[in-house]
Amino acid sequence: MHILVLLKMVPDVVEDLEVAADGKALDLEYLRMILNESDDHALEQALLLKERHGGTVTVLALDAPEVDDAIFTALAKGTDRAVKIVGFDAGLSTRQAARVFAQAIAHEPGLLPADLILTGVQAIDDLDGLIAPMVAHDLGLPFLGIITQLTLDLPGKTASAVKEYPGGVRGEFAVAMPAVLGIQAAERPPRYIPVAKVRAAMKSQKIDCRPGATLADGGWPAVQVVEMKRNEPSGHAEMLEGDAELASEKLCAILAGHGLF
Amino acid sequence: MKGSICVLAEQWRGRISETTYEALALGREVADELGVPLTAILTGWNVRDLALTLGAADSVVYVDHPLLAEAIPQLWAAAVTQVLAERRPRALLVPLTNVSLGVSTLLAMDLGVAAVNFCKDVKVADGQLRALCVMYGGKIEATVEAPGEPAILCLWPGARPADKGRVDRSPAIEQVTVTLQDSPVRLKRYIEPETGGVDLTRQDVLVAVGRGIQSRDNIALAEDLAKALGGAVAGSRPVIDQGWLPLARQVGKSGITVKPKLYIALGISGAPEHIEGMKDSGVIVAINSDARAPIFNIAHYGIVADVVETLPSLTAAIEAKRTASHHA
Ligand SMILES: Cc1cc2nc3c(=O)[nH]c(=O)nc-3n(C[C@H](O)[C@H](O)[C@H](O)COP(=O)(O)OP(=O)(O)OC[C@H]3O[C@@H](n4cnc5c(N)ncnc54)[C@H](O)[C@@H]3O)c2cc1C
Ligand SMILES: Nc1ncnc2c1ncn2[C@@H]1O[C@H](COP(=O)(O)O)[C@@H](O)[C@H]1O
Repeated sequence: MHILVLLKMVPDVVEDLEVAADGKALDLEYLRMILNESDDHALEQALLLKERHGGTVTVLALDAPEVDDAIFTALAKGTDRAVKIVGFDAGLSTRQAARVFAQAIAHEPGLLPADLILTGVQAIDDLDGLIAPMVAHDLGLPFLGIITQLTLDLPGKTASAVKEYPGGVRGEFAVAMPAVLGIQAAERPPRYIPVAKVRAAMKSQKIDCRPGATLADGGWPAVQVVEMKRNEPSGHAEMLEGDAELASEKLCAILAGHGLF
Repeated sequence: MKGSICVLAEQWRGRISETTYEALALGREVADELGVPLTAILTGWNVRDLALTLGAADSVVYVDHPLLAEAIPQLWAAAVTQVLAERRPRALLVPLTNVSLGVSTLLAMDLGVAAVNFCKDVKVADGQLRALCVMYGGKIEATVEAPGEPAILCLWPGARPADKGRVDRSPAIEQVTVTLQDSPVRLKRYIEPETGGVDLTRQDVLVAVGRGIQSRDNIALAEDLAKALGGAVAGSRPVIDQGWLPLARQVGKSGITVKPKLYIALGISGAPEHIEGMKDSGVIVAINSDARAPIFNIAHYGIVADVVETLPSLTAAIEAKRTASHHA
């Protein structure tokens, strides 16, 4: 069994985000990049399936700041092979990123055949759509997203995938493999890996760097950002100042005033 | 339909979603401003009666096909692509829910046009359509244009009140036939949520914890506050994914939609997927260490502080006030 996991870095929104001088994109200088959270869940799910069924897990990542840390972390967790696609301009749209992934999957030796291609269900910068359905579309494979449980019937070439619906309802699907699945959450939280093990992986393992496809003009119109700005929260909430005790007193008085307790 | 504004009606388990009516309300505004008709597209199996409920639209094009009984994204997209291929509207508004997730992306690829994700509003400026998008977990707003026809605009829930899109009028309806191939993705069954003791929708007070609560042990602090206020503890997705609270306590897009009198968000950033589940609460209080957390955009009262440090003081203050009023 072979599972491919697609990894993409996104800005860490715990940090303050700054808009670039042209007012149309984030200022890259101030960004701290982290692995897209649901990609981390996709990796965890792949590793759990490998533990259950044997086989190999390959991660495929797009070059980005800090991506090597994420890749070596994946290797330390038990990923068998890591391919990093390099040599394209920064600031790809999601559609372009999906295209680079799809081209690499189709042409890079050893990535196909794969029984499953897993990636995160969504990323916070997916302004023009989602990677998983795009890659599925480009490769002509089945797609399903918002997956939180995944079991495999390898002889029957079928995955049983549980998708989340609104209201806590879930749907169990049979999906013919190979398929591209957008993972929302692995069946358990992503494993913790000590930094020492990541450092050891940096010494003993290597990342395959491969050139990405050159993106010819795809002939489809791209989403144009006219203006980007920070969502300033100051306007709405009445902020209660003071230390924990004082702020608590103020809030308590307000809630009592509203007759809330 | 050429030049018109279209809404992709979302039907799931025999019901039209709230977000569809919201999209119809917004679509109506945009269509009126441009002076073009508003059309709804509905797909499913035995959906003719549902088509008649989409009266906010001037007309409804519907597709009835047994393979469309469940919302399988690639089949759904294939059907809508066939509907739109010959009749390119100006824009297609798509509800952004777990049911439709992926459909807009697939449609855009099938039609060779752009899709705009994460829209909270759509405006007409000099005859151009502009979408206001909420990205990066709610921290950034982008104004974007999507050239090409149709521009596919995906709407976060809450763009307009659903009631504005519920119009008691029979639209003109037209059935369209499509050709579909059996799908490699098949629904086996639905799994209903376990109610597990507490029904979040029946609580007057909810104390909701997010990733900022930091550990399973700290949830006890939120439970103390909930107890003092006579409410229950709820959570955001990461808290549920960590297994710190059961699934039945999740508020948001995949979880429960709640409208308590008081919602206290503790260490919750205010991502759109969480907001849509609690934005209509009576009084919203947020405690977050990040002064720029988007939750402060919808909260009525905010405290910039460490939740773990603040919770004991707040619980103590409430208990003290309660005791005092009992003695008074
Ligand atoms: C299809 C889909 C469906 C989804 N459905 C849901 C859903 O139903 N419900 C849901 O909640 N999410 C849902 N999400 C996830 C959503 O996008 C967010 O990831 C999630 O809501 C974030 O949860 P959070 O605010 O707890 O965590 P974070 O976004 O990580 O925020 C944590 C916050 O805590 C603050 N903080 C940290 N430490 C402290 C401290 N000591 N004191 C005070 N504050 C602190 C930080 O400043 C930050 O604002 C869904 C996502 C997708 C793609
Ligand atoms: N350079 C590109 N970048 C991103 N997407 C592309 C690119 N070229 C084509 N596509 C999309 O990929 C899909 C398949 O394209 P093709 O294989 O070129 O017919 C189409 O829906 C295109 O919109």
